[in-house]
Amino acid sequence: MTGQRSVMAAALASLVLALALAIVPLPAQAGALRPDWVVLALVFWCLTTPSRFGLGWAFILGLLLDTLTGALLGQHALALMLASYPVLRFRLRLRVFPMLQLTIAVTLLLALYQFTLFWIDGVTSRGMPASAYWWPVVTGALVWPLVFHIGERALRESARPQVGL
Amino acid sequence: MSRRREAVGPAWGLALGPKFFLLALIAAGLMITDHRQQHLAAIRDALSVVLFPLQAVVNLPFATWHWAGDATATRQALMDELNQLRDDRLDLQVQLQRLAALEAENARLRAMMGASRQAADRVLVAEILAVDLDPFRHRFTVNKGTRHGVHVGQALLDANGVLGQVVRVQPLTAEAIMISDADHALPVIVNRNGLRTIAMGTGDTEHLSLPFLPNSADIDEGDLLVSSGLGGTFPSGYPVATVRRVERRPGEAFAQISAEPAAGLLRAREVLLVWSSRTGEEEAPAEQTERADPGTLAGAPGSGPSPDGQAP
Repeated sequence: MTGQRSVMAAALASLVLALALAIVPLPAQAGALRPDWVVLALVFWCLTTPSRFGLGWAFILGLLLDTLTGALLGQHALALMLASYPVLRFRLRLRVFPMLQLTIAVTLLLALYQFTLFWIDGVTSRGMPASAYWWPVVTGALVWPLVFHIGERALRESARPQVGL
Repeated sequence: MSRRREAVGPAWGLALGPKFFLLALIAAGLMITDHRQQHLAAIRDALSVVLFPLQAVVNLPFATWHWAGDATATRQALMDELNQLRDDRLDLQVQLQRLAALEAENARLRAMMGASRQAADRVLVAEILAVDLDPFRHRFTVNKGTRHGVHVGQALLDANGVLGQVVRVQPLTAEAIMISDADHALPVIVNRNGLRTIAMGTGDTEHLSLPFLPNSADIDEGDLLVSSGLGGTFPSGYPVATVRRVERRPGEAFAQISAEPAAGLLRAREVLLVWSSRTGEEEAPAEQTERADPGTLAGAPGSGPSPDGQAP
């Protein structure tokens, strides 16, 4: 039980960190390259512990992200749900993917996420230059292997007491 | 535990598909309500209060950095700064002596002309939180909210000029838009000759554009633009920008004019929130409708020659 609880603590800590990284000030040029940390973290937890993290979390995190970034309320919520639904649906298949294939899948999810944001911005005429949407997909794909390894490690560390018992 | 493993998501008795559908409907409902009306302020307020600690924590390293800079400054540097400030203060006091006389004279003249008096503006210093909102929209968050009496549409200044206006307030924080945002426009006059026009943001913090002046307009490089106060949002008489480039093309109806904002849009750390208390004729009906419509970000009642319509 302690193991499960510390997994939960690690997950919550990582999600709060992801939210913080989403608003940490960066120099003007680097700001456009900021990866979607929240998506990456959520995808990781949906992939590894789907018994705890699902669409409800995607929805809540999305609302928090909307408030933080001053976007339309519900915009990031919908985009995050769209990105995490395929993970939850096909997670047994995704779990056995080799790293390269998994990264490609995550890239597609990030593209779906950004496209949703792009589309909603366009419909509500708050559109931005298209490059603003596509760079995070590229940088997100580049940092995904790192996120995955750190996550796996944290997961193993926090689950260890349970294994020891 | 094994039963839990099999379930996907913390099940509320709903399968994945229906749950997705339900939450997506809620999200869509929220977006439509948020876009059409401003009924969701309560939800946003609640969320922003929850998130305030996070914003504060993100801001902390930057605040600490500035604090450390102050704390470790040498005595010599502080003395230099003190002397500099004393000199500045003396300068300003000399100017102020003349200002007092001018203000009195101005009030007398206005009274003679039957025009309303311009009351002094009340200001409050707010600090910009070091959090990024969106790299392509020129917006920022300040650490004052409804609890300090901040309201939507309120003007923000820095030491050098007009910076922007508040677009959304929460209990502890407020979101503001800079005058350089591509969605922003504010009514200005050329200080030299009182020519009215509108300065539009371009999405570039170094440039504002003045798209509504004909080729024959009396405007030159180096002219100072000050806020005209015609939109009702910004107080009048504060510097906005300096004209940097005027291009008159014979084939086109309007001149291409670009101006450089007076305020340090990216450098400001502290800003002044202004409550302009104005009475009488200056509040034309057009300004009130503008104020009532939260969808319009522009300080101007419209993009076009409408400020002229308000001239008495």
